[in-house]
Amino acid sequence: MTRFELFDHTADVGIVAYGNDLKEAYANVAYGMFSLIADLKEVHEEIQRDIDIQALDRESLVVDWLNELLYIFDVDHVIFSRFEITALSQSKLRAKAYGEKIDTSRHQLKTEVKAATYHLLKVEEGNGFKIQVILDI
Amino acid sequence: MLTRIDDYRWEIPITYKPGMRVPGLIFSDEQMLRHIQDEQSLEQVANVAFLPGIVGRSLAMPDIHWGYGFPIGGVAATRVDDGVISPGGVGFDINCGVRLLRTNLTEREVKPKIERLLADLFINVPSGLGSKGKIRLKGNEIDKLLLKGAGWAVAAGYGEPEDLEFTEDHGCLKGADPDKVSIKAKTRGTPQSGTLGSGNHFLEIQVVDEVYDAGIAQAFGIEEKGQILVLIHTGSRGFGHQVCDDYLKTMGTAVRNYGIDLPDRQLACAPVNSPEGQSYLAAMACAANYAWANRQCITHWTRESFSRVLGKSPRDLGMRLVYDVAHNIAKIEKHQVEGKKLTVCVHRKGATRAFPAGHPDIPEAYRKVGQPVLIPGDMGRYSYVAVGTEKAMEETFGSTCHGAGRAKSRSAARRSISGADVAAELAAKGIAIQVANIASLAEEAPAAYKDVAEVMHITDAAGISPRVIKARPIGVIKG
Repeated sequence: MTRFELFDHTADVGIVAYGNDLKEAYANVAYGMFSLIADLKEVHEEIQRDIDIQALDRESLVVDWLNELLYIFDVDHVIFSRFEITALSQSKLRAKAYGEKIDTSRHQLKTEVKAATYHLLKVEEGNGFKIQVILDI
Repeated sequence: MLTRIDDYRWEIPITYKPGMRVPGLIFSDEQMLRHIQDEQSLEQVANVAFLPGIVGRSLAMPDIHWGYGFPIGGVAATRVDDGVISPGGVGFDINCGVRLLRTNLTEREVKPKIERLLADLFINVPSGLGSKGKIRLKGNEIDKLLLKGAGWAVAAGYGEPEDLEFTEDHGCLKGADPDKVSIKAKTRGTPQSGTLGSGNHFLEIQVVDEVYDAGIAQAFGIEEKGQILVLIHTGSRGFGHQVCDDYLKTMGTAVRNYGIDLPDRQLACAPVNSPEGQSYLAAMACAANYAWANRQCITHWTRESFSRVLGKSPRDLGMRLVYDVAHNIAKIEKHQVEGKKLTVCVHRKGATRAFPAGHPDIPEAYRKVGQPVLIPGDMGRYSYVAVGTEKAMEETFGSTCHGAGRAKSRSAARRSISGADVAAELAAKGIAIQVANIASLAEEAPAAYKDVAEVMHITDAAGISPRVIKARPIGVIKG
């Protein structure tokens, strides 16, 4: 199963992430975002962070989850390459994120992502689960 | 959906979508409009017209393209008395903007040393994704920076007091309150102050290529073809992103509490006069000041590098600031609306203030000619300096475009060209480049942008910001 796809937006980038359940879709949307930031093949799992998010609804949960990861990337210079959603409800998400500190000698950094936005934001279930989000680049 | 008003003005009637409070107005020509219609930006112009208290029209400048919430190139003024403020109308990169430095140097003097100059600048001005700044802010020093903006930087030894005179709002937006900013924003912003960043941010060494109005150019300190200029484009870095993110959450709740009906969640807003609106304005002012301090520090290092490489004193170099403009900001301003003077909140999302001659908010030295409007193009072609007009005051709340506008998405650009090809293309044109990340260069390829000359043709013909000079790049630093 494809974990995520990028779609074109003139100035920014859209991600559609898929999952067999919603937890997996939340993990894959984060994976998609970090794939834009860096080449994840070279990223080892040396650091593990626990992340707790509370939001108004499951759409806001997507934005807050991604923006929290961007915050950690910006402040602690950690690139994440694997995500495990340990608990999920309509307004709460608990996760473990794995990765390592940026090492420019090994890591190929790609695009700066400013933030996840609410524009065209969708969380859908039907035949599998799907999350759509546009990132401000 | 569009009604043609004249060759450069197109209206989205108020009847286009139920819920629009005013019509939309797009500055464009027929050719450019075809491109604009391919994406969703016109729908976004219509959506902005839903904002409570919006006056005049929901405006779009000719560099309009699809944004998130507001279109990029969007301008909206809302009544302060009973209208709203929307963080989405400012964006994540609060006070992203450009500043232009003039010099006494000519292309002939600089060209032989351009590689050395870029190499020195590249070390002296921190840039690139994940880069750390070299300013160490201890304790509550960040609060002072947020309160004073560019003035903080000058007091700390970065630049000259005169620089403040030539910065929009003297590099300090009033009403900043660091207590309205989250700890997270400060934590994120502190190590990044004094960094160029990446993406479309840059530092460019340019040569004056064409002078359209010698008198006005002269007033701006631009004397002749061949003169060297430096253009710096950056914003408020992670600090601004965090402020926007924090307040989008606040506004998401406010929209429910105040019963505001909006077609896009990214337009979330609150009444200007509500506690939420006032807090956002105070936090946004902090981010605006952060950006001005950022550009001020970079200016200082730029002068240092020029002085070092060219072996001349700063005085001999004559590197005076021409102007510094914000192009992602909301400002409380007084405007004439339907014959009445009204205090409004002007949202400029990818749009530049363009005040006319005689306006009290522009530097004394430019009072007779009008405010310089700085319009960067893509890195392979050219940029413009234009000037604000009375017409802009009447029609666009004293605003104009902010750049070329993207023609291709980032992934489309990556598919069509490689970073190495872009570097080769620039080299063939005699443009030297230093880039933190060669792969990202493809996204910023000249071909990914519209021709800024076409954008400027429209703002010129429509009379909202006539061209003063055109400059082409000879050296580019990209984060």
